[in-house]
Amino acid sequence: MNTQNHSKDSHHSLITINGVTRVYGQGSAAMYALRGVDFSIHTGEFVAVMGPSGSGKSTCMNILGCLDTPTDGEYLLEGVNVGKLSRDQRALLRRNYLGFVFQGFNLLNRTSALENVELPLIYRGTPIAERRIRAKEALASVGLEGWEAHTPGELSGGQQQRVAIARAIVTHPRVLLADEPTGNLDTARSREIMELLTSFNRERNITIIMVTHEAEMAAYAGRRIHFIDGVIDNGQDTERKNA
Amino acid sequence: MIWETFLLAEREIRRNVLRSSLTILGIVIGVAAVITMVTLGGGATAQVAADISSLGSNMLQVRPGQGFHGPGGTRSAAPRFKVDDAEAIDRNVSGLAAVAPMSSGTAQAIYGNENWSTSVTGSTDAFLQVRNWSLAEGRGFTGGEIRAGKNVCILGATVRTELFGGQDPVNASIRLQKLSFQVIGVLDSKGQSSFGHDQDDFVLIPLRTFQRRIAGNTDVSSIYVSAKDGVSTEKVKADIETLMRERRRISVGDDDDFNVRDMKEIMVALTSSTRVLTALLAAVAAVSLLVGGIGIMNIMLVSVTERTREIGTRLAIGALEREVLQQFLVEAVVLSCFGGIIGIILGLGAAAVGADMLRVPFLFNLKIVVIAFLFSAAVGVVFGYFPARKAARLDPIEALRHE
Ligand SMILES: Nc1ncnc2c1ncn2[C@@H]1O[C@H](COP(=O)(O)OP(=O)(O)OP(=O)(O)O)[C@@H](O)[C@H]1O
Ligand SMILES: [Mg+2]
Repeated sequence: MNTQNHSKDSHHSLITINGVTRVYGQGSAAMYALRGVDFSIHTGEFVAVMGPSGSGKSTCMNILGCLDTPTDGEYLLEGVNVGKLSRDQRALLRRNYLGFVFQGFNLLNRTSALENVELPLIYRGTPIAERRIRAKEALASVGLEGWEAHTPGELSGGQQQRVAIARAIVTHPRVLLADEPTGNLDTARSREIMELLTSFNRERNITIIMVTHEAEMAAYAGRRIHFIDGVIDNGQDTERKNA
Repeated sequence: MIWETFLLAEREIRRNVLRSSLTILGIVIGVAAVITMVTLGGGATAQVAADISSLGSNMLQVRPGQGFHGPGGTRSAAPRFKVDDAEAIDRNVSGLAAVAPMSSGTAQAIYGNENWSTSVTGSTDAFLQVRNWSLAEGRGFTGGEIRAGKNVCILGATVRTELFGGQDPVNASIRLQKLSFQVIGVLDSKGQSSFGHDQDDFVLIPLRTFQRRIAGNTDVSSIYVSAKDGVSTEKVKADIETLMRERRRISVGDDDDFNVRDMKEIMVALTSSTRVLTALLAAVAAVSLLVGGIGIMNIMLVSVTERTREIGTRLAIGALEREVLQQFLVEAVVLSCFGGIIGIILGLGAAAVGADMLRVPFLFNLKIVVIAFLFSAAVGVVFGYFPARKAARLDPIEALRHE
């Protein structure tokens, strides 16, 4: 994962997906969630992934997030073929380079917001004092100052979603993958989050890939990828709007 | 990281105190049982050993008859020993510290209004040496008193208490079988033997006095012999056997009509039998430790299933398999060690109470405490490993989709 090295060769893109398919189940029960997807994303891009429910957005995000591997085709992350990596190697990629906002938040129950946000830093081996400070900063940046001690059970859906965002950005990941990060937020709050993501994207050059159903939120992104039934719909607006 | 894991485990355990307590109950009971059994067993073994060595160090006992196990030979049929036999042993067997012929019977001891039924032993002053008795007050027999068969006596501690209470018995006169005896000494107390017999309940008088005044014969019922330090009791035993066969004219091929018992042999036999018993009980207790381990495994498996989403989240965030494994393993080990510590405390407590009730010494056995602790830690590792591995091998996406 060395940008300097790889930016010199033919792969100018950070992420390259070639003919990726993902099949759940086998034989007659086989379910094609992705059926041959190709695209590439450059460092520093802000991409919105759109499409109807069940079109394979989350499946694709899981693959991009190194949580899952393609059934067929290849996924190159800075030239590294993720499909060929071991479980632990992929875990290290997730730990050190990726931030993930899950569609279902996936916060730890009965664990305070602060500790939830600290979790990725624990696995990175960040010292406790620094961890605290950074987790507090991250919570403050999503507007949750003063909610550090609350557990997910004591937070609203929108607040939980913001804790999940704070957890994904606390490590300052190279790539932020967000699966409907504003799905549970009101428009005002959604805009705030989008502003935050935009500033991350601009100021820290964090590459962002975000799934959303809302055209307004997708408008914050520099590019939109549309999924329909497991493939990319090129008929839709995919070119850069305001690069 | 390991400290983090430790804190995490501790918090996870505290989160569900009732369940954690039930989980470790098996370990607690197992460890407590092992500790109690081994501690009490050790105390009993030490007690038996102490009792036997208090009978006399390097002591052998020569008695007429074929002993307890000889076929057919009733002891009464064998000719009795006489004082000559003891003298012959003293003269002919080398390496002896003392030889004490003795006879005993029962008698009423009377002092003033006090009346106590006790046993009377006639012997020489060598008896005190051979049987490891020491005088609390007064003196032992003189050569003259022994030879002349004077009416003097030395009291065991029980007889002294029963007859004299707090009074000074030395130089007082007591009556035994209607005869008057002057008390010349009192023995130190040895207390109860592990066989429940009061060793202090007897009166010692010169052998000749016993034979003439109480038994009315010249028999010696047994001869106590003590070997010098460093002399093999096996050799002494063999020498005595040869000598006695000669004296009693037993032809080659015939069985002995007497027996020589080596206290060391008896001690080894008795202590080894208490040891076997202890080991057996400890083995039974160890089985309950195993059951405790299975209890931990069961609860850990439930916990892994319950926490599937949490595990999925950790894996998704970048936890390595090894780290998740470690987390659950540490949790199991912390649980089982905690159970071990509680078990050790309970076990020692129960052993202390039990030792008091059974009147055996409470011997703190550090070795078994350490072993029990390590064993409970090992139970945690062994039985925690399978659930921990199950957790570590979960697929993050599957785990996140759980329930
Ligand atoms: N683990 C799985 N096992 C079987 N089928 C699955 C699994 N995960 C997803 N699918 C199927 O794959 C298809 C795509 O699912 P995916 O979650 O990617 O949709 P999505 O585009 O994210 O939808 P939504 O907008 O509702 O989140 C769906 O039909 C779904 O049922
Ligand atoms: Mg989805």
